[in-house]
Amino acid sequence: MRTSKQMLSGAEIFFECLKREKVEYIFGYPGGAVLKLYEKLYDVDYLKHILVRHEQGATHMAEGYAKATGKVGVVLVTSGPGATNTVTGIADAYMDSVPIVVFTGQVATHLIGNDAFQEADIVGITRPITKHNFLVRDVNELATIIRKAFFIASTGRPGPVLVDLPKDVINAVCEFEYPEKVELRGYKPTFLGHQNQIKKAAEIIKNAKRPLLYVGGGVIMSNGYRELRLFAKENNLPVTMTLQGLGAFPGTDSQSLGMLGMHGTYWANQAVNNCDVLVSLGARFDDRVTGKVDAFATNAYKIHVDIDPTCIDKNVIVDLPIVGDVKHVLAELAAEMNSPLPLDDWWEQINSWREECPLHYEKNDGKLRTEFILEKLSDKTKGEAVIVSDVGQHQMWVSQYYKFNNPRSHLTSGGLGTMGFSLPASIGAAFGIKDRPVISISGDGGFQMNLQELITAAYNKLPIKFIIINNSFLGMVRQWQELFHAEKYSFTDLSASNPNFVKVGEAFGLKSFSTNSPNDVDSILDEAFSINDGPVLMEFKVVKEDMVFPIIPSGATINEMMTKRLDPKEMV
Amino acid sequence: MKHTISVLVENQFGAFNRVATMFSGKGFNIHSISIGETETPEVSRMTIVTEGEDKIMEQVVKQLNRLIDTIKVIDLTGQNRVERELALITVFYQKGTRAEIISISDIFRGNVVDINNKTVTLEITGPPDKIDAVVNVLEPFGIKEMARSGTVALKRGEQLKHEKILSEQK
Repeated sequence: MRTSKQMLSGAEIFFECLKREKVEYIFGYPGGAVLKLYEKLYDVDYLKHILVRHEQGATHMAEGYAKATGKVGVVLVTSGPGATNTVTGIADAYMDSVPIVVFTGQVATHLIGNDAFQEADIVGITRPITKHNFLVRDVNELATIIRKAFFIASTGRPGPVLVDLPKDVINAVCEFEYPEKVELRGYKPTFLGHQNQIKKAAEIIKNAKRPLLYVGGGVIMSNGYRELRLFAKENNLPVTMTLQGLGAFPGTDSQSLGMLGMHGTYWANQAVNNCDVLVSLGARFDDRVTGKVDAFATNAYKIHVDIDPTCIDKNVIVDLPIVGDVKHVLAELAAEMNSPLPLDDWWEQINSWREECPLHYEKNDGKLRTEFILEKLSDKTKGEAVIVSDVGQHQMWVSQYYKFNNPRSHLTSGGLGTMGFSLPASIGAAFGIKDRPVISISGDGGFQMNLQELITAAYNKLPIKFIIINNSFLGMVRQWQELFHAEKYSFTDLSASNPNFVKVGEAFGLKSFSTNSPNDVDSILDEAFSINDGPVLMEFKVVKEDMVFPIIPSGATINEMMTKRLDPKEMV
Repeated sequence: MKHTISVLVENQFGAFNRVATMFSGKGFNIHSISIGETETPEVSRMTIVTEGEDKIMEQVVKQLNRLIDTIKVIDLTGQNRVERELALITVFYQKGTRAEIISISDIFRGNVVDINNKTVTLEITGPPDKIDAVVNVLEPFGIKEMARSGTVALKRGEQLKHEKILSEQK
């Protein structure tokens, strides 16, 4: 450890700060404005720099790392195009509350505003999509700002923070002292929930006849899953989860109702619609969950626990808000409860909904289907894998058919819905998680959006299983075209334009498999899982025209849920 | 309903911009916004006049609080407060109307701050509805141009003291 009060350059201060923040990996790409940092990086041995192939990949890797480990993901890119390429990943992290810190190079302070080479106002560009951002204008502020950046990113409701580093600031020299404490008078997240509110909530839950826990990503971010399990199990409470909440409660547990919302299970949505007390834990009443807001859980007394006050009463007006860290609130709630609730009637009702309309797909026509592959995968990995899904039909099928046993195991782009997320995010996850398999699942469309990063996985010998669910369509868009847009399959058919995915994989040095038969799935999975010295690629050519069911159309109520494709004959 | 919201923010690069970006990003209305230093140089006070349903106004206050540079948000709506706005209004005059314009200005306790052979510029201060009234009266003469400062507001009397004590405690 260096002693404080030393004269260091901005570049040296940068790495000293990262060391103190215990950063293990930087996902980055060098360029003109950050050359000085890369010069210093050459001699740094306490962290590892991962060279990406595109800066968007770097931000998704940082997200994957952060989501899988709970630590802050770090990105380092150059100014101008390097910085603007990070924008999608930053917006994604903002929507899904992922703690990442993005360092961007910037032209020297005296050139800012002059349209200098590779200049972009990245602080202005990212202002609406970061939790906070900084332009460092004086090297004396550098250490404090980096300290603040990590603090802001990782506390309260987590989120992305961007730090813009002008070239002259990095070159300048000053005394280095790492601040012990962060002073931010405008930022003091409420951590402990209001005692009386918690007591009141417990009373209401105790007297509920048909209670339901509606669990979001906040339970995972706050590491409150043990508290959740205890609270749900001891009180016999049914649990439904959002896309980001999957894994917070074991999917194999009989008290799990699976996911709710647009593509949620029939029984979870019925439970929401019929419950008398709805306890929202670290979830934000997203429109994909609520459908038509006015018709959402109309009969329920709504309790909403969230660390971000802006989430409360934003989409749905609740009866009892509790602002605080959901882990702590859950622990206190559990302490207020005394005995399991007599909910036999409620459970009987829920289970009858389960039987009334189970998840279903065609198994007997000999064709390969995504649901089948995912069931195999769920069995084979016993729900213990880290699944990084992309965006679209396969993502919804993952949420329905993979039974997650652990938190931080389902990484996906929920809020922004970023196609191309899975491939790079799985790389970030694989750097953070070594003891469980990391599986990236993409559609044939999304896979091509960041496929340059395959080489990052291959070069670093990461044992990621890349699965392409190839239906030769932008499947989810196709599904909407069929259901809501007069069957005009406008620019969603990729069958004539897709590359040969096996050759793509092989070009990047990946052992690659492909099949269109359900009979090959087991053997391909077995072989792929036996390879652990690098990534493998599996292409599953599935039925083209399948749709994800159930579906509640956008802005509709549960009564409008479609559970299967309408037969034209039935429609007459 | 119109709301007057007073926001104390860090007096530093980008703080104003963050507030403006948040308003446009969330689709909130801004009637007026004014910003200046406070008794503590490192803190600026923004006075924002905005309009919307109660639910939206609640979100406005929460979203303002959520910004890292925001130190304190006070919704002054419905509270005992002083609100003032400054307007500079340049009005065309003809033979015979100059005295009339100046007497209108006097009625509203305005000042003549500039005059030439065609126009006269008046300085009017007061609550926003008073400025509206002046503008209405002057319109028939022909307003050449006008600049309004937007509302600034403070709580009245004891509450101000209390707030000051709080900010000093900080």
